[in-house]
Amino acid sequence: MTDIKKTAGEPGTPPAGPEAVKAIPVRHYGRYVSAVIAIAILVAIIYAFAQGQINWGAVPDYFFDDRILTGVGKTLLLTVASMAIGIFGGIVLAVMRLSKNPVTSSIAWFYIWFFRGTPVLVQLVVWFNLGLVFQYINLGPLYKDEWSDFMTPLLTALLGLGLNEAAYMAEICRAGLLAVDEGQTEAAHALGMSHSRTLRRIIIPQAMRVIVPPTGNEVINMLKTTSLVSVVQYPELFRFAQDIGQNSGAPVEMYFLAAAWYLIMTSILSVGQYYVERYYARGSSRSLPPTPWQKVKAHLTTFSSRKVTAA
Amino acid sequence: MTEKLSKKQDSPSQGTVPMVKAEGVHKSFGHVEVLKGIDLEVKPGEVFCLIGPSGSGKSTFLRCINHLEKINAGRLYVDGELVGYRQQGEKLYELRDREVSMKRRDIGMVFQRFNLFPHMTALENVIEAPVQVRGVSRTQARERAMQLLDRVGLADRAGHYPSQLSGGQQQRVAIARALAMDPKLMLFDEPTSALDPELVGDVLDVMRDLAESGMTMVVVTHEMGFAREVGDSLVFMDNGVVVESGHPRDVLTNPQHERTQSFLSKVL
Repeated sequence: MTDIKKTAGEPGTPPAGPEAVKAIPVRHYGRYVSAVIAIAILVAIIYAFAQGQINWGAVPDYFFDDRILTGVGKTLLLTVASMAIGIFGGIVLAVMRLSKNPVTSSIAWFYIWFFRGTPVLVQLVVWFNLGLVFQYINLGPLYKDEWSDFMTPLLTALLGLGLNEAAYMAEICRAGLLAVDEGQTEAAHALGMSHSRTLRRIIIPQAMRVIVPPTGNEVINMLKTTSLVSVVQYPELFRFAQDIGQNSGAPVEMYFLAAAWYLIMTSILSVGQYYVERYYARGSSRSLPPTPWQKVKAHLTTFSSRKVTAA
Repeated sequence: MTEKLSKKQDSPSQGTVPMVKAEGVHKSFGHVEVLKGIDLEVKPGEVFCLIGPSGSGKSTFLRCINHLEKINAGRLYVDGELVGYRQQGEKLYELRDREVSMKRRDIGMVFQRFNLFPHMTALENVIEAPVQVRGVSRTQARERAMQLLDRVGLADRAGHYPSQLSGGQQQRVAIARALAMDPKLMLFDEPTSALDPELVGDVLDVMRDLAESGMTMVVVTHEMGFAREVGDSLVFMDNGVVVESGHPRDVLTNPQHERTQSFLSKVL
């Protein structure tokens, strides 16, 4: 209140432009109340966990345990490899679905229908037990073995996760390809570019803008879904954490430990996603959004300048 | 200018192959017949204007010339060669995609909505097709692209993305992009219809300059002033047929057909 009077009454510095509006902002009392309630609930939860029968000391003890680190490595390997299968399969399926050939497009439709319509966990178990259907695998002179020797836990996990992912990626890629304006295809064709070159040079780079954000989501999802592969006897982070928990007598603590590791990994992935999205936003907006680091720098400079004027 | 005049005078119609020749071209979309038998001829070096109300089929006809649309009946020739088909004896064979692309290299097209590639800068837009399709080296293509951008007055905008350019600038980049393929024929599909009135002039200047250099141009336009000044021939289309044709000055100032008269009275 006094502040307003002071600036309004100052005769020494007349404002250059029209006088800025100085008004007392509306007080949103509801916001204060809800903020207080939210903080109270948060504190209560943290307090409950801190008081609970949990031996928090066990978490740092095992945080960098060799088995945990191996588990983290295997989880990352599974994520990367299954996503690679998923993305490649997804692009193939999307192009198949969009093709004018009714046979390929309906096969792609059927694939997506099946793999999207059944739970991953069920698919994993089915892959694991396919030995009941195929006793041997015989690829002529190339490869021949018993099914159970061929279908290692790793391969089962990769196929189960990757083929399932391909169905989702196919829909994401298809949406991306359809989102590109038809005029782009026409312009490329009018310049004498072939179908495949148009797809590669003109359509896919633009489709990426639509494809990348949901794909980032899928990567993060995949990282968490890998915890299911313990059912096909492939040990990864979750399985190792469980094992340690059972042997060390701190099972719940190890679940927290695993959760922390998953959080760390997904956080790193989100940062990567941000920069990939930024790369593909080239040309779509007049100027690229600033990176977080640029934002921090900008804030620092405005903050310091504000201080200077205040002083 | 003199080059163009001399070129015009010593290209009598009987000796040379027409750049575009349409014989009874029909086109339907489903049950809607858009073109109902178009006959016309575009001579080399000529600026050929197509005017008419919207929905009259002029854009469709233009798109048939580089086979973006397939015709249903009739024959369409570009530089003496059938568009989209190969004739052997009595039979017509559809061309493969690759063969169609080969022919499109020599036909530049400028769209109403520019259709620049938004993920590439102006310069990259212009060098894309020469490098990818013609196999020109990057440095060579870049040099030529800069010349072309300079010609359309945008050399200083080479590094800008389309979203950073005005409509008129985008359309001029689009013209440079088409010219980079050294086409023998340029198709303009209402190149100024999506532009603010004050930006139209820049684009028309570029087109005028192009016409003076002797380029064969087929222009679908609503710019009657441009048609009158720059055009060598003009066709008025309505409802899928050619209603009237002749020299732009004659048709625009003294239309014979009633339909042409009523259209022009609304436009001029």
